[in-house]
Amino acid sequence: MNKIWVIIRREYITRVAKRSFLLMTILIPLLIFGFYAAIIAVAISGGNESQNIAVIDDASLFNGKIEDKENFSFTFIKGESIDNFRLKYHRQGYTSLLYVPNFDISQPSGITIFSESQMGPITKSRIERVVNNAIENKRMLAAKIDPNKLNSIKSDISLINKVGKGNEFRKGSSEVSSAVGYAAGILIYICMFIYGMMVMRGVMEEKINRIAEVIVSSVKPFQLMLGKIIGIGAVGLTQFVIWIVLMVILQFLIPVLFPGMAQAMSSQATQAATQQSSGLTAVAEGLKYLNFGLIIFAFLFYFIGGYLMYASLFAAVGSAVSEDQQEAQQLTLPITMPILLAFVIMTRAAAEPESGIAIFGSMFPLFSPIVMMARIPYGIGTTVPWWQLGLSMVFLILGFLFTTWLAGKIYRTGILMYGKKASWKEMWKWAFKS
Amino acid sequence: MTTLEVSHLRKYFAAMKAVDDISFTLERGSIFGLLGPNGAGKTTLIRMITGIFYPDEGEILFEGKKFDPILDVGHIGYMPEERGLYKKMKIGDQAVYLAQLKGLSQQQAVEKVKEWFTKFEMQTWWNKKIEDLSKGMGQKLQFVTTVLHEPRLIILDEPFSGLDPVNSNLIKDEIYNLANKGASIIFSTHRMEQVEEICDHIVLMNKGQKILDGTVNGVKQKFKENLFNIGLESDTSAISSEMFDVIARENHRLVVKIRNGFRSNDVLQHFIEKNIDITSFNEILPSLSEIFIKLVEGTPLSRQFQTVHS
Repeated sequence: MNKIWVIIRREYITRVAKRSFLLMTILIPLLIFGFYAAIIAVAISGGNESQNIAVIDDASLFNGKIEDKENFSFTFIKGESIDNFRLKYHRQGYTSLLYVPNFDISQPSGITIFSESQMGPITKSRIERVVNNAIENKRMLAAKIDPNKLNSIKSDISLINKVGKGNEFRKGSSEVSSAVGYAAGILIYICMFIYGMMVMRGVMEEKINRIAEVIVSSVKPFQLMLGKIIGIGAVGLTQFVIWIVLMVILQFLIPVLFPGMAQAMSSQATQAATQQSSGLTAVAEGLKYLNFGLIIFAFLFYFIGGYLMYASLFAAVGSAVSEDQQEAQQLTLPITMPILLAFVIMTRAAAEPESGIAIFGSMFPLFSPIVMMARIPYGIGTTVPWWQLGLSMVFLILGFLFTTWLAGKIYRTGILMYGKKASWKEMWKWAFKS
Repeated sequence: MTTLEVSHLRKYFAAMKAVDDISFTLERGSIFGLLGPNGAGKTTLIRMITGIFYPDEGEILFEGKKFDPILDVGHIGYMPEERGLYKKMKIGDQAVYLAQLKGLSQQQAVEKVKEWFTKFEMQTWWNKKIEDLSKGMGQKLQFVTTVLHEPRLIILDEPFSGLDPVNSNLIKDEIYNLANKGASIIFSTHRMEQVEEICDHIVLMNKGQKILDGTVNGVKQKFKENLFNIGLESDTSAISSEMFDVIARENHRLVVKIRNGFRSNDVLQHFIEKNIDITSFNEILPSLSEIFIKLVEGTPLSRQFQTVHS
């Protein structure tokens, strides 16, 4: 036991003391943050370039007037034929040319927009909306409907989903639950790969450096394998703790350090929020009702369980590889496949947490760490019954005990086997016939 | 007192009788040469003695008691032929780590490493990494990590490969020193002249079996061919006798093989009677290298795989 501790400590300290560890630990959240910020920025500011659109309205659809919106400005061209003008609109400083031919109001067709380059989807849909509005208005007039009256009749509600039994109901938000579940699933997926590969590389290093033989003459191969797996797992947990602390600090620090920026951001946010304020409050509301304590506990459990499960398999593969990286890639395929499959199931489970495939995925130990995490934010005891969570956890524990036992047998033989090209068939023999 | 007693040890792999009924004993403080061609099963045998492999059959007694890998590995130091250390780890930390795995406490380990580093003039290496070391320096470090925890059984597989004569001597002296202090040493090598120089006792393995066991001198005596080197004052061209065959003839020197039924003194008598002055007379013992080649010759260069019925 004491020796395993020595091994764990070495695995942990050599990794944590590396400069690259610190760099990764700090850079990754910044990168992820930047990535999402960029996505949000693009999504909100879509179609930012100003559009100066010439309009030839042969049908008098717009009655000579379109309201300019944000960066869209419309100019009506009179007394030019379309065939003639479309040759020169660009030279006159227009970005595009909208042509509305004379058409039957009940069957509009042939409305065309000319542009030099492919039009962006957001810009295109905005112009479509302008044209559609005009057509609708025209039709309402023809049908003698007052547009104002129609607007007052129109309804746009969103359902409030209250979840629970008996008297205890709480507000739920399927969007927020789905997003949190998705994020947790992805995080476990990424971690499984990163740390699993780290274990495999560590084992390969020991085998290729031939230090394995020195060490297994002092400790049992199983102790060496377990020490490495636990040590690297501890590195992973350290990384999570640092990330959580960093996020908390950042949240407090930004307004203190950059009061101006915070203000600018909030004013921008309010601008953006005018359109989506109801959405934002719904998100805030939804987050409030998530059981974060339970989610974090489950996350740690499934991270540790899933990690132990896959890391031992990665260790077994690492021990079988004798020299080249390519061999390692081939051998890891049967391990990476279930992880990928779990990811695919997870994307379904985040959207439909009660579907059969989601329930199966969250039970089967090779998939459950990723899939169950996508279901848990929907609520334990409601969407995910307690018995399912319990069973899933028991299966996962049994699962990693089994893979660790199996990997230990493969590892014991593999780590001292040189020159022989390992295959899964070979490893099967090591596991069950020796 | 015996340090190690191995009896009827067997280890079969799927297509190879790697070790097939090996027995020997190793006395306290003795230096023991384990010899054999490539693929003879030496590494497998050593791995069983170091607790890496379990034998299929047979028994290992360590200091009179049944060998228990978990308890006894702390008293064994093993330096495998293929050296291995962590490339990116600091040398001092590495030595301390390996010592801790042998059961030393952190504090003891640090003290020991400092002591040995001072002895081998390696103090300035502590914060260097293995990748900064030359091969020979790495070798010295590996030796230190092998003997640092004061093992009572030390197994060295080709300890001198890659070392210059100065460092070779340093290690050699240390091996004698450790043996004098009571450690038993198993020394595996293909360099026969080193075996002759260092070892008291040898075992020769071939195809998983023991084909020779004895002291260096005993083995040589056993394989001697009654060859003698005789230096003479006069010209040697005309000399012949029913007592010996002349193997080589030079000016003033003869190599003879004494025939069965005659002794060296008979030969001396022969020259004295003929009034030929003798300047030297000595027996030629075969070198271990010759014995090795003689015994192993005929073995295919690489060992063939065989079917094992077990």
